[in-house]
Amino acid sequence: MTSALRSIIYNCKQATFLIEKRIAGKITAAETLQLHIHLAGCSVCKIYQQQSILINRVFVGFENTDFKLDEAFKKTLTEKIEKEINKN
Amino acid sequence: MQNETDKDIAPKSLHSDPLSWVEKYADYLYGFAMSRLRDEDVAKDMVQDTFLAGLQRVDRFEGNSEEKTWLTAILKNKIADFYRKRSSNGLRDLKLTDAEGEQQDFFDTESGHWNEKYRPQAFGLEVDNPLMIKELGSILNECLAKLPGLWFSVFSMKHMDDLSSELICTELKLTAANFWVIMHRTKLNLRACLQKNWN
Repeated sequence: MTSALRSIIYNCKQATFLIEKRIAGKITAAETLQLHIHLAGCSVCKIYQQQSILINRVFVGFENTDFKLDEAFKKTLTEKIEKEINKN
Repeated sequence: MQNETDKDIAPKSLHSDPLSWVEKYADYLYGFAMSRLRDEDVAKDMVQDTFLAGLQRVDRFEGNSEEKTWLTAILKNKIADFYRKRSSNGLRDLKLTDAEGEQQDFFDTESGHWNEKYRPQAFGLEVDNPLMIKELGSILNECLAKLPGLWFSVFSMKHMDDLSSELICTELKLTAANFWVIMHRTKLNLRACLQKNWN
């Protein structure tokens, strides 16, 4: 087996790199094929890929509305704004 | 900040009422800042800075856009500055040490195989269970907080702001190769951190 092919089939570091590049950008047709071959035989990287996609989903699905400022901070903020306005 | 506060403000002819800002927009802006920063203290500072910067420019606010949109634009600029600043604090040489300081050898140097300690295992969670996803989300936020500033900036700009990698590289002065190394390392770190803390 050529070393190039071996690195395609067995190299999880390269495979996970390609997984990330595919998720967030583009990979070449050759890379797609390499990754396909790797994933066909590597259940660990398959788990990695699922979890990587899940992480993105959870990260992006962050609910803005879950976060509210506490009243004390808002009061301070209002006072600061009033003070700035009254300077003039 | 201090030297900016002495400029003239003419409240009478304004198209905006700063006294109502906190009540109307503080929670919204805070949520927006949190989504980009995932750090309560930094997000609070950003909201405050946004209002104060808004006050400095309120006389130039023409009322052509929504107040909310206008304030959000100020906040976005502040967040972009913050990303740039965090990215230039050390770690520029990309030694790619792990988030917690120790070198993590995810893979065998020779073979590129997963090293036993970092090998992905199923989380054993139901991805359709909103409560579980929420819990995973709060652990993820803790993991994000441990990332080097540059990594977090890259990851957040890519995924929250959906910016092109070219633009992020320009903004943060990265090469394309470094960008992808960071994206890869960031995900490896986050995944390992989740596995460690999720049970």
